[in-house]
Order: sequence, then structure tokens, then C-alpha cells
Amino acid sequence: MWKWLHPYAKTERAYQLCLTLQPWFWVGALVCLSIGTVWGLAFAPQDYQQGDSFRIIYIHVPSAILSMGTYVAMAIAALVGMVWQWRTAYMSMIAMAPIGAVMTFIALFTGAAWGKPMWGAWWVWDARLTSELILLFLYVGVIALYGAFEDKQQAGKAAGVMALVGVVNIPIIHYSVEWWNTLHQGATISKFDNPSIAPEMLWPLLINLLGFAFFIGAVTTVRLRNEIVLRELHRPWVQALAISQLASKQQVNHSVKGGN
Amino acid sequence: MQFESLADFINMGGYAFYVWLSFGVTFAAMAIIAIQSFIKHRNLLRQVVVEQERKARIKQARQQQQDSM
Amino acid sequence: MSLYQGIFKRDMHIAFNQKAELVQPLMFLLMVVTLFPLGVSPSPDTLQRIGPGVIWIAAILSSLMAMERLFRDDFQDGSLEQYMLSGLALPAVSAVKVAAHWLVSFVPLLLLSPLLAMFLNLTVDMYIALVLTLLLGTPLLSLIGAIAVGLTVGLQKGGVLLALLLIPVFIPLLIFATSAVDSAALQLPYHAQLAIIAAMLLLAAALAPFAIAYSLKVSQN
Repeated sequence: MWKWLHPYAKTERAYQLCLTLQPWFWVGALVCLSIGTVWGLAFAPQDYQQGDSFRIIYIHVPSAILSMGTYVAMAIAALVGMVWQWRTAYMSMIAMAPIGAVMTFIALFTGAAWGKPMWGAWWVWDARLTSELILLFLYVGVIALYGAFEDKQQAGKAAGVMALVGVVNIPIIHYSVEWWNTLHQGATISKFDNPSIAPEMLWPLLINLLGFAFFIGAVTTVRLRNEIVLRELHRPWVQALAISQLASKQQVNHSVKGGN
Repeated sequence: MQFESLADFINMGGYAFYVWLSFGVTFAAMAIIAIQSFIKHRNLLRQVVVEQERKARIKQARQQQQDSM
Repeated sequence: MSLYQGIFKRDMHIAFNQKAELVQPLMFLLMVVTLFPLGVSPSPDTLQRIGPGVIWIAAILSSLMAMERLFRDDFQDGSLEQYMLSGLALPAVSAVKVAAHWLVSFVPLLLLSPLLAMFLNLTVDMYIALVLTLLLGTPLLSLIGAIAVGLTVGLQKGGVLLALLLIPVFIPLLIFATSAVDSAALQLPYHAQLAIIAAMLLLAAALAPFAIAYSLKVSQN
């Protein structure tokens, strides 16, 4: 069933795939984020209790969802790399890590900026906030481990192990912190407990969710291409590609004496 | 449009600081990582070309040495 | 069987030959615990409130220091490579080494714990809970820690990276362990917390040796 994926174990095909997908992702991100943000900021109705500050939801919720989604994607990539020995799987994993970390940071930051006017505190040790913070640490750990190895083959495998240990840990962390929280009777606030959110408020949220997802995909394609070029510096196809890309942008600086 | 005027929109019902801080930092972070990724891409490609030219020069120098021997 | 016994004995001998390496993490533990009455407040009530957390955090930090010992010496003198080439089951070798490491690193901690409990004004009920959590939780520290140590054994800058990798992973254990001791302080039952720690321990005991073996293969190429 998955045979159609097999060609992408090769770096050249994976690179081509990135090039093909990239414009769609950037356009999708731009369109969805523009529509979602403008709709959410200007046209969605004010919340009954929270007034206009609730509009932060249009960034906070998508980034939080995708921060976890990206980590799971990283873990799946690590698993594929481990089981099928695909280098491109490990490369995808490390390509996704920084953007996932940025999403986690955005979720934490916007959560704090929303929490201050709503709850009166920039930060509380609520189960979700704490779990999200630890997720950021896990991202940083994977990135740091990958960077510590010279041999990037090794680096990918090592970071893959930590990504998998981390992904097993995420539900444990959330569950343990939730239990810890209720035992200590911590946060008195229930978040945004609306069981049903009004449709006029929901649509921009979904559109932004899609927009952020496109953005993550777009940045990942760029970073994956970077990783591939970095690892395949000496391959002829990379060299041919570099020349054609730079020549077409007319940015080649010739340093050859008496150059052409 | 939920707001009466542009001033009202910017004011965000009194929550201007928090809303614009959130949106601002978010889009700034996204811009930073996108731009950084592109800059790295361009630099990598440049690096490949420079390496190649260097190798060509070395090869040329060796050829010249051999021819003159 | 005797080959694994041999590895165990060797590790124990080496550990006892390097007494300084064993004592230093314990001293670190003692000193860190001492910092809290000095830096936070010497009030007995405060100390009792923060005591379980302080001891567990100090235990985690000092274990991070001691963890590198697990494979470093073997890596440096080549015996790690020998183990990997020898045809012995690497998961079994890992399990034996982790067991030796736990005995040497954490049993002294358990022996030191009454002193720490006294420093932090823990009640007897709290102390019993603390010992139970330490008994169940410290092997977990060794097992999971060994996975990360296996990955980083060849690296120069091992130390802080190890902490960076392991601390997020140890957080659930920290939460359940301190929750158990806090429940003991309130005279509430804490079987549930102990059960969860035990479950995590069993899971780690079953799976970690294989993960450790894989990590060693990754880092040793």
C-alpha cells in the first residue's frame, strides 16, 4: 500500500518532492492565514465574557495543536528511519524540529498574553501549560542532541531515539501533571469551557489551523532541502542544481582569478 | 466588521496590548524562522558552487603542473 | 550466566576502586539539600512542605552527575567495544551494568536518606513514603538514564546535554513521587502513586535494556 512512498527514500526524489510541494504550501499558508486572521480579528463576533481579548485564540489554539502534531510527526519520521533505515526520514525529522519548537513557543507566549487579562496571571502551573513547557524542552533536547554529533547519520539515529522516548512521555507528562494539579487543587479557573463554540467564531479558527499547518509544511520543505544539500554536498546532482539555481538568480560571485 | 472605527479596532476593546503583542510576536517568530531557512538555503547552494570552483581550480593547477613537467 | 556475573563483579570492583567517584555525587546531594534551608527558609514548616521535592530534585541532579560513569570508563578502555563484539546479548549486558550502577549509586542515597529527612523535618510517615518512592523510582532513573548515556557516551560535551535530555523525561516520576510523600504527610493513602511508579518501572525494566543496546549501537557505530 505504501509503495508509492518508496522513491522518497532517495534524497534526490525527496528534494524534487519538496520543490513541487513548496509553492502550494506557501500559497496555502498565505491565503489561509490572511483570511483566518482578518476574519478572526475584525469580523468574528466579540466573546460574551472575554470581549476582544479572546481573538488571541486564533493563534493560540492552532499553534498549540500543531506543536503537538509536529512532535508526533517527528516521532513517526524517527520510527520510519529506524525501521526502514531511510536517511530522508531522519532528515525530515530534524527539518521539522525547529518549526515545531517555534510553534510551542508561540503557544506558550500567546497563552501567557491571553492569560494575563483573563486570569490575572502571566503563568500558572496548570496541567496544560506545564505539559506544553516540557514539550518545548523535549524539542530543544532533540535539536541539541542532533547538533552534538559530527556524523549526521549517527546524529539522526540518536535524535530519533530521544524523539521516540519523548513521544511516549508526552501523554504520561500530561496525565501526571493533570493528576498532580487536581491533587494540589491548583488552578481554580476552568478554561474556555464552551462546549459549543459559535460557528462564526469557529470558521476562522479552522482556517487558521489549516494556514499554520501549511506554514509548517512550507518551512519544513525548505529546511529538508537544506538538510539534503548539506548531507549530499558532493553528489553531482546537487552540484548541478546549485549552479543552475544560482545562475538563474545571477548571484554567483566568481572568485577565480582572471575569472570567466 | 465588528468594530465601529479603525481606532476601535486597534484598541481591541481595551485589550490592545495583549492582542497586538500576541499577534506581533507570533508573526515575527514565523517570519524569522522562514527567512532564516531561506538564507541558509541560499548560503548552502553558494557553498556548493564555491567548493566546486575551488576543486576546478585545483584540478587546473595540477594539469598545468603536469603539462609543464 | 557466569559471564554476566563476571561483568557485574567487574563493575562493582571498578566502582569500589574509585571511591572518590562514588562519594562525590553523595556529597553533592547533601550540599544541595543543605542549600534549601539556607536559601529558602529554615522554618520547620516550610522545610516539611518542600522537603520531599527537595530530596527528589537533589536525587535527580546528583544521579545525572553519576550517570556518565555507566559507560564512560568502558568506552575509554575499549571494553565497551569488546562487549559489543563478544556475541553476548547486548540488552543483557546493559541490564547487568545498570543493576550494578544502581546498587553503587543509589543504595548509598537510601542509606543517607534518614539524615536528609531529618534535615528537612519530615515526619516518620513521610519518610516511609519517601523510602518507598526512592526504592521504586531510582531504578527508573538508572534505566531511562542509561538510554541517554548510551547515546552520548562518545561525545565531548556529554554532561549538560545529558541533563537537558533527561530532566523532561524524569518529570512525571518527580511529580508522582512527591505527590506520594505529600499524601503521606496528610495521612492519606498513596498506593495509587506507588502503583503508577511501579508500572513505569516495570515498563522500563522490560524495554529499556533493548533501547540501551540500540543506543550503544548508534553511538558506537
